[in-house]
Amino acid sequence: MAINQIFTVDREQKMIKSAKLAVVAAVGMGLCVGSITAEARSQISINGSTTNLPILQEATEMYTERYGTNFSVAGTGSGNGIRAVIDSMTDIGMSSRWIRDSEVQQAFDNGVYVVPFAIALDGIIPVVHPDNPVKELTSEQLRGIYNGSITNWSELGGRDRRIVSISRDSSSGTYGVWVERVLKGDRVSGRTQLLASNGAIVSAVSENRDAIGYVGVGYLTGRLQPITLDGIVPTNDNIQTGDWPIARTLWVFTNNWPTGETLRFINFLLHPERGQKAVERTGYVPLY
Amino acid sequence: MSAVEHRVATAKTIRARGLITNRTIDLIVHIIFLLIGASGIILLALIALFLMMEGLPIFEKISFWDFITGTEWYPTYVPPDYGILPMIAGTASVVALSALFAIPLGIGTALYLAEIAPSQVRSVVKPVIELIEGLPTVVIGFFGMVVVAPWMQNTLGISTGLNVLNAAIMLAFMSVPTIASIAEDAIYSVPKSMREGALALGATRWETIYSVVFPASLTGISTAVVLGLARAIGETMVVLMVAGGAAIIPESIFDPVRPMPANIAAEMGNAPFRGEHYHALFAIGLILFFITFMFNAVATYFANKYRQFE
Repeated sequence: MAINQIFTVDREQKMIKSAKLAVVAAVGMGLCVGSITAEARSQISINGSTTNLPILQEATEMYTERYGTNFSVAGTGSGNGIRAVIDSMTDIGMSSRWIRDSEVQQAFDNGVYVVPFAIALDGIIPVVHPDNPVKELTSEQLRGIYNGSITNWSELGGRDRRIVSISRDSSSGTYGVWVERVLKGDRVSGRTQLLASNGAIVSAVSENRDAIGYVGVGYLTGRLQPITLDGIVPTNDNIQTGDWPIARTLWVFTNNWPTGETLRFINFLLHPERGQKAVERTGYVPLY
Repeated sequence: MSAVEHRVATAKTIRARGLITNRTIDLIVHIIFLLIGASGIILLALIALFLMMEGLPIFEKISFWDFITGTEWYPTYVPPDYGILPMIAGTASVVALSALFAIPLGIGTALYLAEIAPSQVRSVVKPVIELIEGLPTVVIGFFGMVVVAPWMQNTLGISTGLNVLNAAIMLAFMSVPTIASIAEDAIYSVPKSMREGALALGATRWETIYSVVFPASLTGISTAVVLGLARAIGETMVVLMVAGGAAIIPESIFDPVRPMPANIAAEMGNAPFRGEHYHALFAIGLILFFITFMFNAVATYFANKYRQFE
């Protein structure tokens, strides 16, 4: 215990030290770079979650067509997007999760006030093979399938076949939502197959009559049967109203309240006839 | 004056003027080639060092023994569990089963090509096998996922086609060419005099193959097998796509598994930089590195100890 505490204290001192260094460096950089950035401001840089990426790609294309502004859009993951905002390395950070307390603290230490904007909803839909007679489940049944307490379709009124449960790999954001909303913190049973992408799940479920998986609402196809959960059908409407229980908000973050071109773009993104159309076209659920 | 003559003349002039002695030239060339030769080893040492730097910190949180014998892998939960026994079992089961397919097929192919096939057949088949060796593994994985997996589900009536058997077949498909091609070289290099001796003593062609040629080339064949299997152990894309990805210790060849390389590839992209999860993934990489390193070391040892036809 004692050793642990010493380590913690040591680490805190280090953090303070490095924070001071960062401030000095930032001031130095600011003096040198200030004049250059003023010139290069006509380009907006966007960076972060690969889930949000298609929406922002579509929206920036529309915006460029209209106003001629240049963008650089990169999918690097939610954590990196938020980090880039905290470090003032990007104008807009994309994230498919809410900012963590540790990240808020870091931003505070850097003198950055992070402003969130919700841009879209992503519904996560449990899916089975179209031949599967089971098309409705309760949330407790779904939880049981994934935590391993229900292992046969006959327990759910289906064929006498073992359930092949399929999930996203454990570090994806979609998996995080699934664990929180469906498993309510339970561990995914060891027998669950973990696949690396939405596409892999579509392929595995559409080719296996005993399989159940989950995909983002944009990945639903005719080869998959969406599950009605507690009597709620997974439609865009139900996701939008919040009735559909397994959904998450997709965010963008800016460094302080946006101004100028960045503000104009954020407004464009939230406009029901403009940016929100891009949300719809890329398979997500618009907010407005 | 040709280019070569010109160069020789220039070199002679330099030496005649006493600028650089012959010995200095040799020394410079020696150093240059030493550096080139050593760069591979230096690079390997740096990679090993990097793996250790990134992987060892996890053992401050969990003992090495618990790490390799733990059966629960839940890196993103609070509190997290870092047990990789299911992944070690996954890799072991897939590679062992694929060895069962690949070794007889590979050696059989090699024996056929070196001993039985007419030279026209050999001149066509060998390049084709080497071509298969160069097939991108993602293509093999895709084939396993889209063709073999549904086929297995439908014909065998098993619950999932993404399993140990599928992965083993796909890995065998990858290591057979490696084994066949290296083993064929070893068998082909058995001196003709040994075959002639056996035939002169009245042995049939088959007897010559299994009692003279095969034992004589056993060292080369073992090297081929070990290199083929080492390739299968480290293979990532195929197992990521077709092994199913369930972190369990398999009870049958129809169970899905999560081999070590597949786990690293699936999770590394989202693991927070220099976090515990990140260090744990590197520690798996470190273990994998040592396994393949041991495999290659064993192959080299045997190849040197029982050097063919001294």
